[in-house]
Amino acid sequence: MAEQQILEGAMAVAHAVSRCRPEVVAAYPITPQTHISEELSQIVADGDLDAEFVKVESEFGAASVILGASAAGARAYTATSSQGLLLMSEVLWNIAGMRLPVVLACANRSLSAPLSIWCDHQDAEAIRDCGIIQFYAEDNQEACDQHLIAYKVAEDRRVLLPAMVNLDGFLLTHVFEPTIIPDQAKADQYLPPYEAAMKLDVNDPATFGAFTEPDKCMEGRWMVHDACRRSLPVIEEASADFEKIFGRPSGGLLEEYHTDDADIILVAKGSLCGTIKDVVDVMRGEGTKVGLMRIKTYRPWPNEAVLRCLKNAKHVAVIERGASFGAGGVMTPEIKETLFDAGLAIPVSGYCVQLGGREVPPDGIREIVDRAAKGEKQTAYEYFRLKTEILPDLVPGA
Amino acid sequence: MASPVPFDYSDRVLKPGYTSCLGCGEALAMRIVAQAAGKNTIFTACTGCSEIFTSRYPTSSWAAPWLHSLFENSAAIASGVYYALKHKGKLDGVQVIATGGDGGTADIGLQCLSGAAERGDDMLYCCWDNEAYMNTGIQRSSLTPFNAATTTSPSGKVSWGNDRPKKDLPAIMAAHNIPYVGVGSCGYYRELPRMVKKALSYHGPKYLQVHAVCPLGWRSAPAKSCELARLAFETGCYPLYEIIEGETIAHKPPKDGWKPVEEYLKPQGRYRHLFRAADGEMQITRIQALAAGNLRKFYGDDAVPDFAKEAEQKAAEADTAQTTA
Repeated sequence: MAEQQILEGAMAVAHAVSRCRPEVVAAYPITPQTHISEELSQIVADGDLDAEFVKVESEFGAASVILGASAAGARAYTATSSQGLLLMSEVLWNIAGMRLPVVLACANRSLSAPLSIWCDHQDAEAIRDCGIIQFYAEDNQEACDQHLIAYKVAEDRRVLLPAMVNLDGFLLTHVFEPTIIPDQAKADQYLPPYEAAMKLDVNDPATFGAFTEPDKCMEGRWMVHDACRRSLPVIEEASADFEKIFGRPSGGLLEEYHTDDADIILVAKGSLCGTIKDVVDVMRGEGTKVGLMRIKTYRPWPNEAVLRCLKNAKHVAVIERGASFGAGGVMTPEIKETLFDAGLAIPVSGYCVQLGGREVPPDGIREIVDRAAKGEKQTAYEYFRLKTEILPDLVPGA
Repeated sequence: MASPVPFDYSDRVLKPGYTSCLGCGEALAMRIVAQAAGKNTIFTACTGCSEIFTSRYPTSSWAAPWLHSLFENSAAIASGVYYALKHKGKLDGVQVIATGGDGGTADIGLQCLSGAAERGDDMLYCCWDNEAYMNTGIQRSSLTPFNAATTTSPSGKVSWGNDRPKKDLPAIMAAHNIPYVGVGSCGYYRELPRMVKKALSYHGPKYLQVHAVCPLGWRSAPAKSCELARLAFETGCYPLYEIIEGETIAHKPPKDGWKPVEEYLKPQGRYRHLFRAADGEMQITRIQALAAGNLRKFYGDDAVPDFAKEAEQKAAEADTAQTTA
């Protein structure tokens, strides 16, 4: 039985990745991801992982290298953050369309401008629609485990899609937690060597990346959507298999924390859920029927599971680290759509609690619950505790 | 009547039936390069004409494995292929050739290309240089020659077309200290197989730039593509050479001596404005001066014909007059 070690999140992830035995790793430095690629390159340098570590000139190059490696039949990996993910984004859409099962980590970080290296989810949400499976970790153990599950799902012949593990920048990547690095023998049992369904092979030549006329293109794109939808049961299956082999539950679509009898259900993803759970515990003790639905798989959107969890709630409050400027939230409208399509008129409020790493103290979560309990009707997505008093200082000459 | 003897295409790496334009220099160069490299080659491509005319789903002209991803990452995906094969021990007798047009190579793809070259990745990169973004409709690239008209460097009342000389991409690639840099031409198609085989005999990154006539973009006669490509060399407009392990070897000079640039420029619509405007002659002189510089660089001052030296002097005088005015 593998033992717990006190490890920094990024280090732990690097070691979990090495247990997946990627054959080609290409990565470029960006805070707060960098410790993952540094540690991976050290693992390769020490001869503990037999992989090609490609020292690329940009994240665009990193994504392109893993695309080529995957097309040639290799298990490939990269990790990035923020601007790096956006620089990769052209390639990532292409990788998904070409159905190449690469895995990447995103150490979630704000997007510039203003420049900030701190956490929010706008980077990952910016590529929400490209056909990449997106997992979100609450803690470092989950971030590690989701890497194995990510490869398992991505490479499943019923799926064949890229997958991305999101872990909050600094809040997870730089935090030391007791973590179990998956045992290599068990990892090998869980994740056998990758055999590509189709690859670049001089003995069996194939054309990858052809162009289509309008009479076929939409069908090709729909197949990405279809593969995403079909990955939902595969994710559940892969998570169940994980528990069987490693003896601890991990992965899955959602975590339902005291939601069964809850009047108020909070919805969130990532490390913030730790804080939310503490508030739920305290408020439960005070008699408030509040629960948390934690999104673990964000893409594909686990519509049925979300509906099952939320359908008896009296109020749903979505707590986001993202926003769609000029519109509202990102996850909030998705929750509304799920409920609306099911004919449920449950009030949904949406809060942007954090962009660029602002701290979310427990009393903020409590305030959101209190407002829901009072039946406060929200008219628009709210930038929570926005410091309007400093706005004039931020606009020179205003 | 006996039926004609059919051509045997069974060994072709790039099969016939692709939909390039008549007289396409890129298709000619690509077919010859692919054939010289052989079927044990994995090709990558940029988005562009060659990708469009060989890979229309569900058809493909490629009898070798071929990968296209985006406009600017042909070199990087080729690196990925290379590292995957290296890791799997499958490089024995198998080579990786990345391809791209001049825009996909010299402009938007230069970063990926430089990265692959700097890392020493074992591949040959082939740039089909037709001197503009032809697939999107003849826009100017950094390899568009001086004074050529394109749709984004048009000639006009106050414009002679592209106002900058070509970027010296082979020199940039040579500066990466790679073992082989070659500049060939679709007009010297018999040379190309030798160049490809020479390049592939070296381990590490190799760069081959092939001048590829585009009758559509250059507004030239499709039947004259090879002739025109040879004139580019014979006038000094497009020097052909190899830099092998640091040593420059220039293509042997034309038997009948270097020709005036007008012979190359006149058959092309992209230079037509120079011959129509009253003061266009000075602009042709400037092109002649650039050609003189090319010849001096590769063949020495003695090789530069008198008419070319005169053009250099005139261009220099005109520049001085402009500066002092």
